[in-house]
Parts: sequence; C-alpha cells; structure tokens
Amino acid sequence: MTAFGKLIRTTAFRLTLVYLFLFGLFAASLLGYFAWNTRRLITDQITTTVDAEIGEIDDIYTRRGLRGLVFTIENRALRPGANLYLVTTPAGQAVAGNVGALAPGVMSKIGWTETFYRRLDDQDRGQHRALVRVTELSSGFRLLIGRDLEERRRLFKVVASAAQWSVLIVVVLGLGGGIFVARRVLRRIDAMTGTTQRIMAGDLSGRLPVGRSGDELDRLAENLNAMLERIEALMNGLKEVSDNIAHDLKTPLTRLRNRAEEALALSGSEAEYRAALERTIEESDGLIRTFNALLMIARAESGHARGEMDSFDAAGIVRDIHELYEPLAEDNGLALQVTSERAPVRGNRELISQALANLVENAIKYGQPQLALAAPGAEAATSTPTPEILIEARRDGDQVLLSVTDRGRGIPEADRKHAVERFVRLEASRTQPGSGLGLSLASAVATLHGGELRLSDAQPGLRATLAIPAHTGEGLASANTTPEPTPA
Amino acid sequence: MVLQHSKPSSDSDPNMRLLIIEDDRESADYLVKAFREVGHVADLASDGEEGLALADSGDYDVLVIDRMLPKRDGLSVIGTLRDKGNRTPALILSALGQVDDRIKGLRAGGDDYLPKPYAFAELLARVEVLSRRHGGPAEETSYRVGDLELDRLSHRVTRGGEELTLQPREFRLLEYLMKHAGQVVTRTMLLENVWDYHFDPQTNVIDVHISRLRAKIDKGFDRPLLHTIRGAGYMIRDGIR
Repeated sequence: MTAFGKLIRTTAFRLTLVYLFLFGLFAASLLGYFAWNTRRLITDQITTTVDAEIGEIDDIYTRRGLRGLVFTIENRALRPGANLYLVTTPAGQAVAGNVGALAPGVMSKIGWTETFYRRLDDQDRGQHRALVRVTELSSGFRLLIGRDLEERRRLFKVVASAAQWSVLIVVVLGLGGGIFVARRVLRRIDAMTGTTQRIMAGDLSGRLPVGRSGDELDRLAENLNAMLERIEALMNGLKEVSDNIAHDLKTPLTRLRNRAEEALALSGSEAEYRAALERTIEESDGLIRTFNALLMIARAESGHARGEMDSFDAAGIVRDIHELYEPLAEDNGLALQVTSERAPVRGNRELISQALANLVENAIKYGQPQLALAAPGAEAATSTPTPEILIEARRDGDQVLLSVTDRGRGIPEADRKHAVERFVRLEASRTQPGSGLGLSLASAVATLHGGELRLSDAQPGLRATLAIPAHTGEGLASANTTPEPTPA
Repeated sequence: MVLQHSKPSSDSDPNMRLLIIEDDRESADYLVKAFREVGHVADLASDGEEGLALADSGDYDVLVIDRMLPKRDGLSVIGTLRDKGNRTPALILSALGQVDDRIKGLRAGGDDYLPKPYAFAELLARVEVLSRRHGGPAEETSYRVGDLELDRLSHRVTRGGEELTLQPREFRLLEYLMKHAGQVVTRTMLLENVWDYHFDPQTNVIDVHISRLRAKIDKGFDRPLLHTIRGAGYMIRDGIR
C-alpha cells in the first residue's frame, strides 16, 4: 500500500472528509439562504418603487396630458442612476425615455417582465438586464418603468465568490488538518506496527514507543507493553523450563538407559537382573513424579484450577498436614508442632494441601539444625531439645498466613527469589533427593489464589509463608478434618 | 516381561474378567498381557463404540477405560452404561491433569481414576479392589485377619484377645487395609482413601505411618500380618505368601 493510500485510509482522515463535507454543506446553505433572501429583498424594493412611480406618472399624465408626461419622463431620465423609462405611442413608436433598445415584444406585454435592454446614452452597446413594468395609459400610450438589475447581479457575484473562497478555505484547511492529524496518528501506529512485527519475528524485547501526552494511544501502548512484559516473562520462563527439563529429565533418563544397558551386558543371576530392573522402575517413578509436579505447576500457573475453588478453613488443612507428616518428622529427629487459628480462605483445597505438604517436606529435608550438619559426629553429644518445625495457620488482617518454620540453615537472602524458580536446587541441597519443584509449586499455588509465597529468615532457619487473601464471604465450610474414608 | 509382584492376592480374586478400552495398541497389548500373566482374563476394545457394545453385552468384573478414545469419549461410554443400569465398576485411565479431571471422571460414573503414566502394580491393585467391591460382601461391622480383629462400631482392635491402642488415623488405616485383606493396597490408594489427598508425596510419609501401625499390631507376635509388597504397596494377610 502506498503511503498516500495508507494515509487516506486512516480513521482520522475519513473523519476529516465527513466533517469537511458537513461544513461545506453548512457554509453553502448559509450563503444560499443569504443570497436568496437578498435577491427577494432587492426585487421587492424594485417593485415597490416602480409601482409607486407608475402611480405618480399616471397621475401626472391624467392631470397634465402627454406633454407633462414627456417632460417629466425626460427630466427624470436625466438624473444619475435613474430608473428606466420609455413611453411609446399606441403604434409602438418611442416618444420619451432613456431606453435605447429593448428585447422585442416587451412593450406589448402589460405587467412585470425581466428583460434585456440598452440605454440611449450607453456607449459600450452592452446589454443589461432589467426588471420592468409596462402599463397602458388611458390614450393607448404605453409607459415602461424599470430598474437595472446590475446591483442584484453584483451582489450575486460577491456572494458567489464568497462561497467559492469559503469552500476553498474550508477544503484546504480541512484537508490539511486531516492529513496532519492522520499522519500524526499514522506515524505512531506505524511505529507500533513496526515494533509488533519485530516482536512477531521473534525479538520479544521490543517495546512500543510511549509518548508523553498520556492520550489514548499512549495508554494503549502502555497496556500493550505491560502485556509484552508478561509474555516475555512467560516465554523466558518457558525457555528456562525447557532447558531445565532437558537437564533434569535427561539426567535420570540417561541413568535409566545406562542401567538397562549395564544389566544387558551383565551375565548375572536372576536376582541381579531383578535388582537392576527394580532400580529402573524406581528411576522411572521418580521421572513420573517430576513430570506430575511440572504438570501441576503448569495447571496452577495457567489458572485452570480456578474452577475447583470452594470456601473452607485452612486451619483444618494445617492440622491434617501436621497429622500426616508428624511421624515422618519424628523419624528424622524433628518435632513437628502446629498452631492454628480460624483461617477462612476460598481456594482449591487439594492444591493448598499439596503446597503446604511441599513446604513441610522441605522443612523436614533441610530443617536439621546447622550444628548437626556442620559436625555430624557431635550430634549425639548435643543436649539441645529436639529441634522443631512449626506449622502455623494465622489470620493477619485480610490475609491468611500458612507458614512452615524450621530451625535449619535457612536460605541466604540473595538466593530466596531464585529458590522459588523451577528446578532450582540450591547448591547446598544437591545431595538431597527431590525434584526441585516443591517451592515452585507452592509459589504457583499462592499466585493462583491471588497471594504469594514469602521466604523469610526465622533466625535461625527458614520461614516459608503462603500468604493468600482471607475469605470473608458466606458459606464457609466447617473446618476440614479428613472425611470418613470413602467405602472402597 | 518381569512382574515380580505377580498375583499377590489369588485367594480372594480368582480370575477376573476385564474389559480394556484403550486405543493405543501398544499399551493395550501390554495391559492384556500383564493381566493375563497374573491370571486374569482381559478383552480388548480399541474405540469407544466397540467398548460400549462389549461392555454392554459381556459380563465383566471391571472395565478399564481410557479417557480419550476414538468415536466415543471414555466418560460418555461410562455415562451410557450407567444410564442403561449397567453398574460394572469402571476405572478411568487418563493422561489429562489431575484434580479436576479426576472429579469429572468420578462424576461421570467412574469408580476410580488413575492418571497416566501409572505403574502396572498400581492399576492391578486398584482393579482388584474394584472387583471385590462389585461382587463382594456388603460393608461389615467387623473385620478379622488371623487373630487380629477390628470392630468398626466400638472402634476396638484386638490381637489374640489383647486390646491394642490405636490413634484415630491408625485405626482408619488398619480398617482400610483389613477391608481389603488379602489384596495389595498401594501407597497412593492409602493416601487417597485414608487421608483424602490425591497428590503423591516426594517422601516416604505413608511408609512411616505403616511402620508405626506395624509396630502396634505385629510387634511381639510371631506371625506378622502386615506385609510389604515390594514395588506395589502393602497387604494385610494371615500367613506368609
């Protein structure tokens, strides 16, 4: 499309054309109305004066006869800017007046006529238009009195040229303005289009230009930029995930394959084969778990789970999770404590349970006090009471805080944001089993519920808090204790 | 194929007749073969219409239905069967997401739900449990395995006449195991039915509960009743297999 073609297709330009047409129409009708009224006024004036003069002259003729008439006519005809006068005999011969020539047949028609004429004293022999009235005097003489229409014509010319100029000015200004506005809009839109095309071509870092005026286009650009920001973040996340998937799924897959290969090469007993196969299955179970966790996160992040929200007291979840993990914590030499107050939320019970379970599992894995880790031999000697993990449900204003606090080594502040990302297993935890997805899922669940996952220093240890909006509406289900086992 | 968990529960479920409705040829063949190896009879249908016709006419103990099938969706097959009054237990296999998909499956008339990929041991255990429910006795007020007794009304558990003290959750755990005595019960089945959670924990949290329970019911007795089935789960049973 040519630049001009693009220009005239803009909305701004089309609007200009519409307005131009409307203004032109308005100006034309205004001038037309003015011209028509003026013309009527002039015509009225002429007929009134001519009628009056005819009465007057008729009177003079009655009183003073032909001589008086001729005298008066000759007299008046000599005045500057005079009316047109012509007196003819019944035979049609001119007797007096200032009219040199007339269109034929004018004198034979009684009444008002618009006609061409030439004055007697006219040198240019040009024809003029006039409005004349012919009357018959009592003796058969005919009298013509009329008025030149030059004035009316001149007036018309003025109006016509005024109309021309105004239309020209309207069109020029209108078109100019239209093109100016359209080009301004077009330039900005073109800039946006250019950026979007670059983005479509794969450069996600492009942003739309935002002006300073804060007008509707700027607001649009700002919103689009925010959207691009989000898309870029998602795409980067996706890329990171696929890189990490490649790494974290390929590693166990390679192990799996190596083990199978090794077993094939092995000429061992059935028991050895069996053991190799069992390890293979264990490995693939681990893979499946990682995969499930990834799917779960994807689901939580895409917001699909919103459909399965209901209202309940999160304190119930906290108590249930405590009950589920208490023996495991004890086996790991940790005391799992719980405190809970009423914490009404609206959400997906299953997802919140899982998020909390992940936090508790993390606390059990990494919650061993630093001392014991630093000096494993000293463990027996420490006389400190059993280190504890605290699960807590608390209401804080319009938020419900579900937190898990351990007394472990915690996460250095610099690493906390990083720790929530998928597959991230901080260096210190590489030796522990796990997919590295626990915190990411907890974070995704918190986001899904319009909240966030906060990691803070419990001095010592880590406090992981799911902060989600409290539910204040009606229909709160009673505190969730696990339902009776379904008959199965 | 090595199925080291081969047929752990032959006493309670002799030869089930299964219908597998699955369009992926390879997984279908695998299932048929695996079920045969543990002594069950499995028929195969490769699309929804064929599956519906077979399920409607045949006398099956359990239907194993893939969620997404050609010609007719798995949920629609179950729905149509239920509308016709056919109450054959149905287990849904699905590659779709978890929580809400499972709820949809159960609402459509499915009796159990297993997301893909799954371990065959898990599927087998669930199918056997479903089958017993179908033909088995109604809910009982008390269960007995060897000299271990559980009274559901008084919440009393005794072994050899000696009363055992169990926590409420331990009681429910034992109750579920005893209800399916002689059958393998997987960790996820326990988590689902005793705790009502449908995610798999990354840790051996269930094992710890089981070992606590085991300490209470088996410790000090010469014959253990609560067995660990490697690669599958747990089973309560009188006698060593």
